[in-house]
Amino acid sequence: MATVSAAPKRKVSRFNRFDNPWLNPYLLTGVVLILIILLGALIGRVAWDSNLALVGSSPLKQPPVGFSHTTLRGTSVGTWEHPLGTDGDGRDMLAVMIVGAPRTLAIGFIAAAAGMAIGILLGFMAGFMGGRVDDIIRIASDTTITIPSILVLIVIQSVIPVNLIGMALLISAFAWPGPTRLIRGQVLSMRESGYVKMARISGASTFDIMFREMMPNLIPYLAASFIGNMQGSILAAIGLEVLGLGPQRVPTLGKSIYWSVQLSGLSQGLWWWWGFPALILVVIFVGLLLINLGLDEVSNPRLRRKVE
Amino acid sequence: MKGITLDYFIRRLGVFVLTVWIAATLIYIIPRVAPGDPIAAMVSRMSQQAGYIENSDKIIEGWRKRFGLDDPWYVQYGRYLRNLVTFDFGYSLATFPTTVREIVVRAMPWTIGLLSISTALFFVIGNLLGALLAWKKTPAFVKVLIPASMVFTSVPSLLAGLMLLYFFAFQLDWFPSLGAYGRGITPGWNWPFIKSAIWHSILPAASIVVVTFGYWTLGMRGMMITVEGEDYMTLAQAKGLRPFYTLYRYMIRNAILPQITALALTLGTLVGGQVLVEYIFSYQGMGNAIFTAIRNQDYPVIQGTSYILILTTALAVFIMDMLYPLIDPRISHEGS
Repeated sequence: MATVSAAPKRKVSRFNRFDNPWLNPYLLTGVVLILIILLGALIGRVAWDSNLALVGSSPLKQPPVGFSHTTLRGTSVGTWEHPLGTDGDGRDMLAVMIVGAPRTLAIGFIAAAAGMAIGILLGFMAGFMGGRVDDIIRIASDTTITIPSILVLIVIQSVIPVNLIGMALLISAFAWPGPTRLIRGQVLSMRESGYVKMARISGASTFDIMFREMMPNLIPYLAASFIGNMQGSILAAIGLEVLGLGPQRVPTLGKSIYWSVQLSGLSQGLWWWWGFPALILVVIFVGLLLINLGLDEVSNPRLRRKVE
Repeated sequence: MKGITLDYFIRRLGVFVLTVWIAATLIYIIPRVAPGDPIAAMVSRMSQQAGYIENSDKIIEGWRKRFGLDDPWYVQYGRYLRNLVTFDFGYSLATFPTTVREIVVRAMPWTIGLLSISTALFFVIGNLLGALLAWKKTPAFVKVLIPASMVFTSVPSLLAGLMLLYFFAFQLDWFPSLGAYGRGITPGWNWPFIKSAIWHSILPAASIVVVTFGYWTLGMRGMMITVEGEDYMTLAQAKGLRPFYTLYRYMIRNAILPQITALALTLGTLVGGQVLVEYIFSYQGMGNAIFTAIRNQDYPVIQGTSYILILTTALAVFIMDMLYPLIDPRISHEGS
């Protein structure tokens, strides 16, 4: 892309030497945060015994290394055997993090991907076919987006047991309106633009126009919508887990918080029980937010100005 | 009402009914087409909690009859919709003579109260900070402070709730850790009760506001930058209007409109977050009612409370749709 000579008059006082909008600090920091979580889990799988995430595999209520915990029965001091401590059911917290964190990201990823696939399909259909099809898709997405999805998911999951994939797919039933609306809007405005008309005149098929001509321009928007959906889906999954729903036998970050609230880990001062899952989740959410802010700068050049 | 055409009203009313119907139908259909028998699953979960259950096949039989599961599907579905419209959700299974309606009536005011307070707070704070962030006259140190205050944006409110609960209720003991008012205080229009209710609502409301306002700050900043480039801004400056007057009457007035639309769209997510915050703080609202029902396998209560919350959300969106043309007269004449 030859964007360098686009505006010769503009001052070249950029705050860094990369002129590529994809390399903005928000986006990079966000990606690094998510990669740290993934890499940590990957290394942990190899270096740490993930069987310790099972109930009763470790002593109960051990504090993390460097901390001590005093109860009426005496004081326990954290050891390197369980660096992040153990919970009230005898799970090693480090192992729970290693097993739980990638699961959380996986749920978000699967749900967002499924939602994106549906959204791309419906969005292009609405934008190109117009008429009745457009009306139905537009009304369906406008209404679905205002439904508090977690309530529907609560009712459904309190009746039927689900596994991880099932939970992700159920969540994706509410992840499609965002991308659908986005693509529909963009298609409607792009349809009349010069390059699309040009492609049509030169005989490109509708499919080619959609995926060869329009899609590349939509990528920053789609990526932002994907990340937004990941946030929403992870939020829904965590919410369900914290309420005690979702996959029952596998340790997850949300389940950890559920047990610590249920077994009064908060009032007993066992902060590591809920604190580490919460910390990992905060890192995931902040990472996703930064990625989204970064993508915003890619697709909306007006935001790229310096704070004066 | 001036500004709302009949056509606009009917269209919005249609969307309202459709929203509730879609949600209700999803709740109804998905468990029925999903693999596995819900009632068998419920019984097996009961037996997990209580050990062996005698004559569980009779329980299953009884429930099938109780829920009318042997009727053809359209009869069942029709009965289900009729019950929703008449707010007849039957009895709570866990606390038998109590009806679901009683539980909803008791819990709903708390939820609506907390939700309106926190929504008003984060909407005002968020938009004001966003406007200041984009305004040229804002002092530089404020422009550094505002982004710094937004670190928790997008963190789920339930996590914020956990942290606030731990530090301010359990560690520092500044605020109460559970409930919507103190024990031994009779609810009513008396000062001790009102004081206690406010005191108890600070942490739950804070955990929603702290993580939400930044989203509105960002949105407002984007809108302000767009508005800044409009012709009427140049005119306002040329007229020599005071900067604060321009900020309020010209910039915020215009930039706030899409934010109100966005509020209607995010209301669903907000209600979901609120449910979880109520659960963390054992706040006597709908969230806590839902959680208690989940723990007790009390399906009628889960369904009834969730449905009412979905209905209320859709109603709130509808009301906002009705108010919107009054704020922005262009809307009702543009078509959808």
